[in-house]
Amino acid sequence: MSGSMQLAPDILIVGGGNAALCAAITAREAGASVTILECAPKTFRGGNSRHTRNFRCMHSGPQGVLTGAYDEEEYFSDLLKVTAGKTDEALARLVINQSEECYHWMGAHGVRFQPSLSGTLSLSRTNAFFLGGGKALVNAYYRTAEDLGVTVAYDTQVTHLQHDGSRIASVTATVDGETTTFMPRAVVVASGGFQADIDWLASAWGPAARNFLIRGTPYNRGVVLRDLLDQGIESVGDPTQCHAVAIDGRAPKYDGGIVTRLDCVPFSVVVNKDGNRFYNEGEDVWPKRYAIWGRLVAAQPDQVGYAIIDAKSLDLFMPSVFPPIVANSIEELGDRLGLPPDRLRQTVDTFNAACRPGTFHPTELDGLTTEGLDPPKTNWARPITEPPFYGYELRPGVTFTYLGLRVDRAAQVQAPEQAVENLWAAGEIMAGSILGQGYLAGFGMTIGTVFGRIAGKEAAAYVK
Amino acid sequence: MSNEIIVEARRQTEICNACRYCEGYCSVFPAITRQRAFSDGDLTQLANLCHNCRGCYYACQYTEPHEFALNLPGILAEVRQDSWKEHAWPVGFGRAFDRAGTLIALVMVLSIAALFVLAQAVRPASGEGFYAYLSHGLLVAIFAPAFLAPLVVLMISLIRYWRTVGGKGLKWRHISGALASAGRMSNLSGGHGDGCNFEQEDRFSNARRWFHQATLYGFLLCFASTSAGTVLHYDFGLEAPYGLFSLPKLLGIPGGIMLCVGTAGLAWLKTKAERQLGAAAAWGGEMAFVLLLFFVSLTGLLLFAVSGSVAVQVMLPLHLGTVLTFFLLTPYSKMAHGFYRLAALVRDEQDK
Repeated sequence: MSGSMQLAPDILIVGGGNAALCAAITAREAGASVTILECAPKTFRGGNSRHTRNFRCMHSGPQGVLTGAYDEEEYFSDLLKVTAGKTDEALARLVINQSEECYHWMGAHGVRFQPSLSGTLSLSRTNAFFLGGGKALVNAYYRTAEDLGVTVAYDTQVTHLQHDGSRIASVTATVDGETTTFMPRAVVVASGGFQADIDWLASAWGPAARNFLIRGTPYNRGVVLRDLLDQGIESVGDPTQCHAVAIDGRAPKYDGGIVTRLDCVPFSVVVNKDGNRFYNEGEDVWPKRYAIWGRLVAAQPDQVGYAIIDAKSLDLFMPSVFPPIVANSIEELGDRLGLPPDRLRQTVDTFNAACRPGTFHPTELDGLTTEGLDPPKTNWARPITEPPFYGYELRPGVTFTYLGLRVDRAAQVQAPEQAVENLWAAGEIMAGSILGQGYLAGFGMTIGTVFGRIAGKEAAAYVK
Repeated sequence: MSNEIIVEARRQTEICNACRYCEGYCSVFPAITRQRAFSDGDLTQLANLCHNCRGCYYACQYTEPHEFALNLPGILAEVRQDSWKEHAWPVGFGRAFDRAGTLIALVMVLSIAALFVLAQAVRPASGEGFYAYLSHGLLVAIFAPAFLAPLVVLMISLIRYWRTVGGKGLKWRHISGALASAGRMSNLSGGHGDGCNFEQEDRFSNARRWFHQATLYGFLLCFASTSAGTVLHYDFGLEAPYGLFSLPKLLGIPGGIMLCVGTAGLAWLKTKAERQLGAAAAWGGEMAFVLLLFFVSLTGLLLFAVSGSVAVQVMLPLHLGTVLTFFLLTPYSKMAHGFYRLAALVRDEQDK
C-alpha cells in the first residue's frame, strides 16, 4: 500500500464499477473525501460495467439518442413481465423515476451516447447506448473522479467489514499480500455479485455449474457479499439462482462479454451431445428467448448444445466471434462437432420431414411450424437441406447472480434489528431487491446509476 | 501484403463485427458492419479509412491483457503501411517506406547541396530577389518535373488501390462527401466532438485535429501562394519578388505560419502518443516527414524574413532543398497518406 494512501477517508467505496463510481463522484462533489478500493488491476477495472452497452431510461419525449417516449407505467410493466412480479415496487419505481435525470447527469460527468447499434433497433426507444460501450463509460467516470480528487487503489481486495452491531467500525483489505485496515466514517459497498466464484456457484446451483462460462469479469467473487451475510446482514434474492444465457461454447471461461452471444437458434435445430432435440427453437423472437436457453442448455448432459443451420440461414443473424464449424454433409458436421453422425442425420431428417411449405419471415413470428414433431418448432421451421451445413457449440454463460443485500430507499444496508448506520450499497450487490428474476436489457446499469448516486449522497450527508 | 498482418487484421475485425460497441466513433465501424466476411481488399480499405484516433482502443473491453488482445488501430496501421508499399509504383519502390527517415535525410542533404552549388556556380547575370541566385528558367526546369512526376506516380498507385478495394464509377456526391469529411477531419471528432485519444491515453482532445488542420490548410495556402505566383508570372508578366500585399504573400505568409505551427504540434503530440497503437516500425519515418514539412515552412518564412540581405544565398538553397525533397518523396513518404485517405473516404461514400 502506498504511504500516501489515506487510511481514514470520510467515505470508502468498495468496488470500482458503474455504481461505485457514481457513488464516489456524488459523494466527492458533496465535499467528502473519498477513496475507491478496486480489487481488479487498472487494465480490468470496472467490474461487469466494462461489458455493458446501454442504460434503460424513462423519458417523456425524444431526447438525445432516445427516440419516442417511455413512461413509468410501461417501464414498470416491462419489469413485471420479466420478473414475474419478483420486484420491490417502491424501489423499482424509484429507479425508474430517477432514470431520466440520470441520463443528463451521466452526460455532465463525461459519458457520451450513440444511437442504437445496428442490429438493436428495437431498443432505440427504451435504451441509451454508451458510445464505445461500458468501458468507455467507466473510463469517463474514472477521469471525472480523479479530476475531483477521488483516490483510487487498484489490486486492492477488501476482505472484511467489521460490523459492531450498529455500524461498520473498520474495513480490512489486502494488496500484494499485505493487510491494511481502513477506518472510514462511512462505507459504500458496490462490489457486484458472486458469479466468478465457481465453487460458490456450484454449491448453489449444483455441480453442473462447473461447466458454465462466466461472461463477465473474473473479479466478481462475492467476497464482500459473503462477509456481510456471514455477519447477519439481511439478504434479498434467490441465493441459488444466476442469470445465464446460451453463448458460444468456445468462449473464454471468463470475460468473453458481448461477442460470445449467438443469435442463430431461431433458424437452427438445436441438439444435445446425443444428437437429440430438446426444445422448441422457434418459440418466440430471439430477444425474448435467449435468456431461457442458458437454462435449457444447462439442463442437458455436460451442459452443452449444438445449433445446426444450413447455407440459407447463415446471413440471418449477427456474425459470431468465432467462425462456425462447416461441413458438406450432416454426418460430416456431426463428426466435426463430436456428435453421433447417424443420430444427428436421423434428427435432422425427422425435423425436415415435419416441415411444411409456407412463407418464411426471419424478423417476425412467421408461423412456419412443424407438424407432428415433438418438441415442435413453431416458427421459422425450414428444412435443413442446403449445404454447406454449419454448427455452433452452445454453453450456458452466466451474466449475474441475484443474491444481494437488502437496502431501503436511501440505499442503506439493513441488519435484522436496524439499518447499519454508516453502510450503503449500490449496484449488483443490491439489485436482487428490484430484479428478483429474469433480466431487462440496460436495467442493471440504471439500478447501479440511481442507487450509486443515492448511496453517495446519503453517505456524504452522514459524514458532514 | 504480409500474410501474417492481414490474417491478424481479419481476426480482430471479425471480433469487432460481433461487438459493434464502437459504431459511433468513426467511419470504420459502420463500414465493418456492412459486411460479414472481409477480403484482403476490404481490410485494405478499412485500414486506409482509419484515421488512428484510437477511441476504439481505449474503449475496448478486449485489449491486452484480455486473451482476445485487440489493438485495432495498431493492426490497421500495419495494414495501411503495407498497402502503401504494395501499391507504390514503380513496383519495388514501396520499400522506400521502410527507410523513409534515412531517405528523407539523405535526399534533403543532397538537394540542399545541389541547389547551393547551382546558386554559386550558375548564378544568373541579372535578376531580382532570389532570381539573383537561381534563374527562373533553371527553377522551372528543376521543379516542374520534380512536382509533376511524383504526382503522376501517385495517380498510378491510386488507380491500383482503387482496383484492390473494388472502387466503382465516380459521382460528384462521392467526392463532395469525402472532401467534406476530410475538410472537417470529422473522423477525428470521436463522434461526439470531444476529439480523439492520442496524447493523453483515454482523455479526449481535439489537439491533433486542430494541428492536422493547421498543417493541411497551411499547406494548401502555401500551394495556392505558389500557384498565384505562377499565374502572375506567366499571365500578367509580374515577376517575383512580390510585395507584402500581393496575392502570393497574402496566401503564403499565413500558410507558412500555419504549416509551421501545425507540424510542430503534430511532432510534439507524436512524442506523447503510445507507439504500439500505430505502425510502430514506421514511427521514425513518419516523424521525419512531419519534421521535413516543418523545415519546409520554417525555411520559407525565414527566406522571406531575410529577403534583400546576403543571407538569401544560404536560406534559398535550404528552403528549395527541403521543398524538392518533399516533392520527390511524396509517393514514398507519409505524404502519400493524404491521397490514399481521400481515396478511401471516396470509396466509403460509394457504399454508404
